[in-house]
Amino acid sequence: MSTAASEKIPVTVLTGYLGAGKTTLLNRILSENHGKKYAVIVNEFGEIGIDNDLVIGADEEVFEMNNGCICCTVRGDLVRILEGLMKRKGKFDAIILETTGLADPAPVAQTFFVDEDVQAAARLDAIVTVADAKWLSERLKDAPEAKNQIAFADVIVLNKTDLVSKAELAEVEARIRGINPYAKLVRSERCNVALSDVLGRNAFDLDRILDLEPEFLEAGDDHDHHHDHGHGDDHDHGHDHDHDHDHGGLKHYHDEEVQSVSLRTSDPLDPNKFMTWLQDLIARDGMNILRSKGILSFKDDDERYVFQGVHMMLEGDHQREWRDDEPRESRVVFIGRDLPEEAIREGFATCVAA
Amino acid sequence: MSTFDPRPEAASIASVTDRVVPVKLAQPAFAVHFLGDAVAFVGSVESVMLAGAGETSGETSVVAAHGGGILCTASDGRRLVTGGDDGKVVILDAAGNAETVAADVKRRWIDNVALQSDGAVAWSAGKTATVQSGRQEAKSFDTQSTAGGLAFAPKGLRLAIAHYNGVTLWFPNMAAKPEVLEWKGSHHAVTFSGDNRFLVTAMHEPALHGWRLVDSKHMRMTGYPGRVRSMAWTAGGKFLATSGADTIILWPFASKDGPMGKEPMMLAPMKSRVSAVACHPRQEILAAGYEDGTILMVRIADGAEILVRRNAGDAVTALAFGPKGTRLAFASEGGEAGLLDL
Repeated sequence: MSTAASEKIPVTVLTGYLGAGKTTLLNRILSENHGKKYAVIVNEFGEIGIDNDLVIGADEEVFEMNNGCICCTVRGDLVRILEGLMKRKGKFDAIILETTGLADPAPVAQTFFVDEDVQAAARLDAIVTVADAKWLSERLKDAPEAKNQIAFADVIVLNKTDLVSKAELAEVEARIRGINPYAKLVRSERCNVALSDVLGRNAFDLDRILDLEPEFLEAGDDHDHHHDHGHGDDHDHGHDHDHDHDHGGLKHYHDEEVQSVSLRTSDPLDPNKFMTWLQDLIARDGMNILRSKGILSFKDDDERYVFQGVHMMLEGDHQREWRDDEPRESRVVFIGRDLPEEAIREGFATCVAA
Repeated sequence: MSTFDPRPEAASIASVTDRVVPVKLAQPAFAVHFLGDAVAFVGSVESVMLAGAGETSGETSVVAAHGGGILCTASDGRRLVTGGDDGKVVILDAAGNAETVAADVKRRWIDNVALQSDGAVAWSAGKTATVQSGRQEAKSFDTQSTAGGLAFAPKGLRLAIAHYNGVTLWFPNMAAKPEVLEWKGSHHAVTFSGDNRFLVTAMHEPALHGWRLVDSKHMRMTGYPGRVRSMAWTAGGKFLATSGADTIILWPFASKDGPMGKEPMMLAPMKSRVSAVACHPRQEILAAGYEDGTILMVRIADGAEILVRRNAGDAVTALAFGPKGTRLAFASEGGEAGLLDL
């Protein structure tokens, strides 16, 4: 009964704190002339005036799985809705799920890992988080949900950029990067983004983990923080003296609570050591690890191994042979809360094959 | 395996595949119900396909029922009730008369339906379960979380509503507080034993959970490789037959303790999972459909098998015996269907 990945219905999850502009983005997607038909899952009917007969109300019911792990949750309503939507298979091309501003993206993502029937019929395409350029910095201080949504994102639409100064924009982008340096960041005004930036991302596809995220390839400690517009350009605008120049030095926000740890080595890894280490780490810190992903070069193995995970749920597989033109190296990223960075680095180092 | 491969000891397995009359369906059906001697094949979208009582050539007539996907069905042997993603609850009879009994004002999906033989109909949309009995005004009840399954008790007007973390037993005509049977996890389909002594749910995880109603004692029925989607009580209610494994799993319910501390009986092992089960109404015989398309009839006493459909087909989605036990109907994922006169 397995369905090829390409036949599975792609699901895009739209998240973002209250008022960031999710509905604006949703309406933009639906009104664009793209020739596609979307089934739309929203939290409340009537809140938005979408002309679409496949708008379904979701109640955001989160169910704990019975494995005793409190972070392993799924969205029960989503399981039910996707099953029901499959009866209308062929009547739509993709599903867009708009979550409420306070929703935790983890149970949504995990539903696609855990549920056998959901896995057979649908695939998570990407988590798209809409962030309010004006207010995100504030929300990151007082709303854990906002932080989670940034941490989980594959694509961050930084909206309302017209309402902030360049300095403010640089600041909010730096804050986002402090939490999640790996998401694709798109600036927008009234969510005027190209649809290709938010749909058809295949961000949860093991085959495409890296193709989509060039940042990931460069994920050292000194990767590009998207400050290109915030600095060089500014100095040419002699007239622009209104904004303060305190970003003159590259300002690195390191969110003290949610941050990422990236690891890399060009030494081949011992698969047994690595898997044991990863399982242990996930079992111990999985609650705090929001997302993880990696591409691995194992000793005596000509194929790249890729994995990705949400909390304690991981999936991984051999992807393809290493190409001659690419460095055989392993890169792993964890995004999470209060991660024991030193211990993770030390543990990873012990996974190198003898 | 590309063709049915009988085990060596069953070299002479009986086959009735040549006696199956193929039924022409307008679309794949996910449920099959006998309405008297007529057969209703419920399609995924909009319509029900009816094979009349005297139908022997496999022709069906299409009855429009919903303006969208059909999400759930139930039958009492005379009537068929369906719930759709158009928010409607529709009742059909063997003559093909369809009547809309309810339409959700917010056009919410009708997730579950149930019928009681003395006329009551129940449905649920989200957390709200509603019962309509005779000419009385419909009564509604909100559970703590979305209803995953509905079933009427064999006697009295009592509705079991399965939901997250348990089942609520609601008496629509009584002021009494509903009784809640708790068990952690997400509960879907729910069924009463015919003698009203046991209640069983199929869970989101691959397991069943049961309660003995007299004392709410728990029965855990686990060990399935996949989720249980099809459950049926054998004639006389001695066993609950289930899908979800690569054999038919039959839990014993004849004793007062039900399956507590007992192993289930396992019949008709195959290299494919059972996707649908149906029990003969009078004899201890049942039919099982598999994900590889095979359909077997199996005698519980000795496990003797008769082949009804070869495995070259697609997954079996639904099976039903007629009221007298002289007819078997089935449908498959790809839209094949058949009738067998026994």
